[in-house]
Amino acid sequence: MKDGLEHRAEIAVPVNSRRNFMRTAAVTAGAGLLLEGLDLISAQESGKKAPLLVFPAATKDVTPFKVHVTQAALDDLKQRLANIRWPNKEPVTEWSQGVPLGKAQALVEYWRTRYDWRRVESTLNGLPQFRTQIDGLGIYFIHVRSKHENALPIILTHGWPGSIIEFLQVIGPLTDPTAHGGKADEAFHVVIPSLPGFGFSDKPTEAGWRLPRIANAWAALIARLGYSRYVAQGGDWGAGVTSWMAKQREPGLAAIHLNLPILFPPPPPPPAGYTAAEQGAVAQLVKYGSDGSAYASIQGTRPQTLGYGLADSPVGQAMWIYEKFQAWSDNKGDPAEAISVDHMLDDISLYWLTDTAASSARLYYESFAKDFVRMTLDMPVAVSIFKGNLFVPPKVWGDQTYSKLFYWNEVPKGGHFAALEQPELFVAELRKSFAQVR
Amino acid sequence: MELGERLLKDDLENRTGARASIISRRGFIGAAATTGVAGLFSPGFVPISGEGSATAAAQIVHPTTTEEVTPFKVDVPQAALNDLKKRLANARWPERETVGDWSQGVPLQKAQALIAYWRDKYDWRRFEARLNAFPQYRTQIDGVGIHFIHVRSPHQNALPIILTHGWPGSVVEFMEVIGPLSDPTRYGGRAEDAFHVVVPSLPGFGFSDKPVETGWDVNRIARAWATLMPRLSYERWVAQGGDWGAGVTHALAHQRPPGLIAAHVNWQFVFPEKLPENPTPAEQRAIEGASRFANDWSGYFREQATRPQTIGYALADSAAGQALWIYEKFQAWTDNHGNPEDELSTDAMLDDISLYWFTDTAASSARIYWENTRAGKAGASGGRIELPMAASVFPHEIFVPPKAWAEALWPNLFYWNELDRGGHFAAFEQPKLFTDELRNAFRSRRA
Repeated sequence: MKDGLEHRAEIAVPVNSRRNFMRTAAVTAGAGLLLEGLDLISAQESGKKAPLLVFPAATKDVTPFKVHVTQAALDDLKQRLANIRWPNKEPVTEWSQGVPLGKAQALVEYWRTRYDWRRVESTLNGLPQFRTQIDGLGIYFIHVRSKHENALPIILTHGWPGSIIEFLQVIGPLTDPTAHGGKADEAFHVVIPSLPGFGFSDKPTEAGWRLPRIANAWAALIARLGYSRYVAQGGDWGAGVTSWMAKQREPGLAAIHLNLPILFPPPPPPPAGYTAAEQGAVAQLVKYGSDGSAYASIQGTRPQTLGYGLADSPVGQAMWIYEKFQAWSDNKGDPAEAISVDHMLDDISLYWLTDTAASSARLYYESFAKDFVRMTLDMPVAVSIFKGNLFVPPKVWGDQTYSKLFYWNEVPKGGHFAALEQPELFVAELRKSFAQVR
Repeated sequence: MELGERLLKDDLENRTGARASIISRRGFIGAAATTGVAGLFSPGFVPISGEGSATAAAQIVHPTTTEEVTPFKVDVPQAALNDLKKRLANARWPERETVGDWSQGVPLQKAQALIAYWRDKYDWRRFEARLNAFPQYRTQIDGVGIHFIHVRSPHQNALPIILTHGWPGSVVEFMEVIGPLSDPTRYGGRAEDAFHVVVPSLPGFGFSDKPVETGWDVNRIARAWATLMPRLSYERWVAQGGDWGAGVTHALAHQRPPGLIAAHVNWQFVFPEKLPENPTPAEQRAIEGASRFANDWSGYFREQATRPQTIGYALADSAAGQALWIYEKFQAWTDNHGNPEDELSTDAMLDDISLYWFTDTAASSARIYWENTRAGKAGASGGRIELPMAASVFPHEIFVPPKAWAEALWPNLFYWNELDRGGHFAAFEQPKLFTDELRNAFRSRRA
């Protein structure tokens, strides 16, 4: 009981950010605030009435953690959703200007009246969750050990606009295969962290949390959990972290698996020019660059400016994410064909309740242009290409990039959010590929 | 059609902004039924219940326009002002930036200071009265109601001029130049330099209607302006613009409607098709300005050019979000020493921001980027223009082209002046200089 009380996050004022605010105000003598007769904003101002989630400061211990969003935060969300001011309707009939108004209003209505955060909260709290401080930052993670002692430890890393939510349905099958159509020798010990600035991890207060640093932090986490041999898996930013773990040859890392191989920019064409398959992938990259990457552009250059609207408007936050569920998942036009509405809202709610719009965008500022690029890897690499993803590269690019590419499989169903869209296929990919690594 | 259907049809048109800007619950449910908006589930869809009655009451409603020129006054409902204050009081903030400058966007301290001022000190009614002191009108052109200020000079032979704003600007930018341009002798000028001044709001901006169909690129806007000026009985007139207003003005210059005798731009789209291999220092500065824009300054541009609706949800619903989305540009694009307040007053910036907020034009204004990107009209190379052209070059414009580039594309360049003060929002930042520029530029064009 005592442990539970200590680790529940119920405090209304964001302790860490208020401390930072006051330190900043002291150093700058509040000069930035004294404009044309303004009064100095008090610390209470920054605390605000809208309740925020705060966690006990992480230490180098691995401290159990439970999620408890205050009822005030949930009520605040509902109130904001009931008071939305909408833009006018798009003058197009599909998604070419972004989320259509009708779809936006429908999602919000569901979120406001039918969605139940407590459901996923209790699912999370039924899992072993922890926080620990690594390299000065509190990192949240789920850690489920298999009952099979010789299980292979695996660290699964999410991306943007994903989260640990993406992996909730694969934890059981990975850790307890015999209860999920698999064999005991396919078991994994599973570690699922939240990236810095995402979910229930801390938000960095200093610049520099680039992919190589996150990779090192993950290696430190694995070591702290006592694992001396393990594998790493990721898609989206998670593929970036995982690739850097391989690049940096983290101690104990035996192999990696990627559901988004970072093969951009692509290798140069051979003398005869790109093949048809290569041209297709090049066309996908060109389309992404010209039409699908503006979110990365603004997040990569002005995450703070963007963050103000997303932190203050749950519909703003929701649509910023929902657009990508539609664009990047394997669907025929409606994201709900690929991902359930409840799961989408679990993920969106996590961003909203943790106020991580700006902090998650900052990862783009840190690493999108510099670190999220193709680099050769000489450690064992496995790749699963989910055909519904926005980028479906040809194997020849993998061959040119990964000198120890030991597994490459194209999965006919599923897209960018592979584990969330196709948990069974995703699990099958990990079982098959890593069978060679045990 | 029977009455029930007719009401449904009117509500649908209302909801999509074809006429008034009211959003009604009944309209939406009607639309959902008639258009088969499936939402999340095909059967059993629960229509939206409350649309926030306070928010609905706060919407501005425009009377339907016709081809008549109808007088207009701004009258933002008190409910809208109250709603704004509540939203500002309830703003939820991100944590602060991890850098010590503006490189990740507006710093948290600056953001909170601006919002606190907007909430506690700013007075919209002051600005509204100022705006209403100018003669304003709305008239329908090409299916869209266009708002404009129209101030005739007391001097009958004044030269008619149409001034076009851009994004994130508005008619607000011209408040301080309308008087001096139209009534020069009251403002230290000469009667011979008087203008009849027309200042429209772009479609989707300010008090103009929001288009409900695509196609409103700078070419279409230019044609609308070329319809407006004769409608006001002007047979011989000039055009001026910056930002998207410069895009419209370049388009007008290409179209050469009868009556348009010359144009002035404070942003010159004169990049050559092929960049020089050995640029001069001036050319290098222009190239670097454009590169910096492309590499670091264009995130907002690309988002608005590709997903104006998506970003619109955050900016329509969060007053703080809308404010800071604009405020960032007042810092980045003006001639200042680090703070936008060095160059623009907080009240003036909030006049502009408030206009975007009260008219709920975040998404509709962003669409101008989408339209023009699709039309290939969003670049820095405006091509060859035969019409007589004038240019004022302000040093803190996003890129500053050398005169030689303009001379290469504009055979009838008749005025080029490079100033030592001012930036992208030329009229807003430097109204006196701007006024002088237009007087000086167009002196040679008067009959």
